[in-house]
Amino acid sequence: MSEFLQILLSGVLLGGLLALYATGLSLVFGVMRIVNLAHGDLIVLAAYLILLLVEATGAGPGWWLLPVAVLMFALGWLYQRFVLERTLGLGLMPPLVVGFGLSIVLQNALLELFSADTRRVPAGGIETASLALGPLTVGVYPLLVFLAAVVLLVSLELVFARTDFGRRLRATADDPVTVRLVGVSPRSVYALAMGLSFAVCGVAGVLMGVWTNFAPSDGPIRLLWAFEAVIIGGLGSLWGTLVGGMVLGVAISVGGWIDPGLQMLFGHLAFVAVLAVRPQGLFPARGGAA
Amino acid sequence: MSTLLDVRGLDAGYGDFQALFGVDLTVREGEVVAVIGANGAGKSTLLGAIAGLVEVRAGEILHRGEPITGLPAEAVVRRGIALVPEGRRLFPSLSVEENLRLAAALGRPGPWDLDAVYALFPVLRERRDIPATALSGGQQQMCAIARGLLTNPELLLLDEASLGLAPAVIREIYATVPRLREQGITLVVVEQDIGQALQVADRVCCLQEGRVTLEGRPAELGRERIREAYFGTAA
Ligand SMILES: Nc1ncnc2c1ncn2[C@@H]1O[C@H](COP(=O)(O)OP(=O)(O)O)[C@@H](O)[C@H]1O
Ligand SMILES: [Mg+2]
Repeated sequence: MSEFLQILLSGVLLGGLLALYATGLSLVFGVMRIVNLAHGDLIVLAAYLILLLVEATGAGPGWWLLPVAVLMFALGWLYQRFVLERTLGLGLMPPLVVGFGLSIVLQNALLELFSADTRRVPAGGIETASLALGPLTVGVYPLLVFLAAVVLLVSLELVFARTDFGRRLRATADDPVTVRLVGVSPRSVYALAMGLSFAVCGVAGVLMGVWTNFAPSDGPIRLLWAFEAVIIGGLGSLWGTLVGGMVLGVAISVGGWIDPGLQMLFGHLAFVAVLAVRPQGLFPARGGAA
Repeated sequence: MSTLLDVRGLDAGYGDFQALFGVDLTVREGEVVAVIGANGAGKSTLLGAIAGLVEVRAGEILHRGEPITGLPAEAVVRRGIALVPEGRRLFPSLSVEENLRLAAALGRPGPWDLDAVYALFPVLRERRDIPATALSGGQQQMCAIARGLLTNPELLLLDEASLGLAPAVIREIYATVPRLREQGITLVVVEQDIGQALQVADRVCCLQEGRVTLEGRPAELGRERIREAYFGTAA
């Protein structure tokens, strides 16, 4: 019994990281109706960025979390303004193709620069520390990541619900023509949304880089997890995304407990099961962004 | 009275389709101009072109003598020209008050703030926390007008404010026109239903198939000529 609780707990904690993978994807889809196919590769890019910074400076990854997020925000803003914006109004296919192109460029650039070897960001031992919680043991690092994910999601939800920026974002998602009549430029909203999405990828990438090994070709599977977490949770709801991440995390964890080779399969099975029973996801939003 | 808006020889349309042909329209400061015409005549296209939403092919639009032709909508509203679009177009994910705050965030100085629009339409204050699209049709129209006012316009373009509303509600909405004039707002009202528009208008402009067929003061033109211009000679 306690072994099973242990499995559940580690799955739930993994769900925090998966929810972070998913948040930026959901945000961009919510506001622009675009699936960014390079999303997973951006997470991996951020992991390599933090690896470089940690190795070059000797400072722990925690110190570089914010700078990486800011840098990723800038990259996302530039990517939207100077690349993706050109596909506006051309239909569904061009932005998908551009994202696919970026994905290939990133994977090959990382391969060229870092080789195909798997890497991991050193974090001075915190990644192996654990706490006793009654009969259960909790990894300190997974717990921190989970808390970070919850804090980030709560903050984003507050920003969307309470701020001028949040209102602009939701209104633009509703009706990108009419927002212009109140002086909101959809293009600048899109650039900020893409920046925010990249920034969350940055955070997710840093946290992932300490959690697990990664290689240049790992992006697409991250994209797939993100996509599944969003769909399980229900489009347009950040809480749904967190729950979606936890459902996936538990499935992966249970699969891994039965046999390490079954992790992926169980994750995808959970996704298919939810899709079959509740195609709209567990907590679909009442409409609107993120 | 000085000229606030001058539309000269305007051609506009969508893709291959041309909806306006050489349209002229002059709006002087402080007046109310009614643009009337049957469904599909090009009224909304004209307002959209002025507001910067519809592409202009030829001709020009002058605001206080300065060309604003081709200026994007988000820049036009900053100059004090607000469009209250046909069908209200409130943002469904936003509450009533959030719809209003969004417009107020533009930050154009002027007399209109949340309190002022709530004083004009008290029911919006009562219902400010519900989703805007949960309002009744008339209240949605009030919310759309309030949203336009919060950009503090000097020129308000009102597209079919009466569409789908009961006569009593239409009267209630049109009853605010004098209050808007007192605040120095110039109005262009578009209507298919000419009765209400002609009552408040100083001048009327009749559109038919994208062309101006009649223009002048309602009293001088007379009902008969207006009817003729509206329906075409066959009627
Ligand atoms: N978005 C659009 N795309 C293509 N044609 C349009 C569009 N909007 C309006 N039209 C066409 O332009 C003409 C004028 O339309 P509109 O300005 O909406 O007329 P009105 O407001 O007088 O009813 C109509 O023939 C209409 O079918
Ligand atoms: Mg119309």
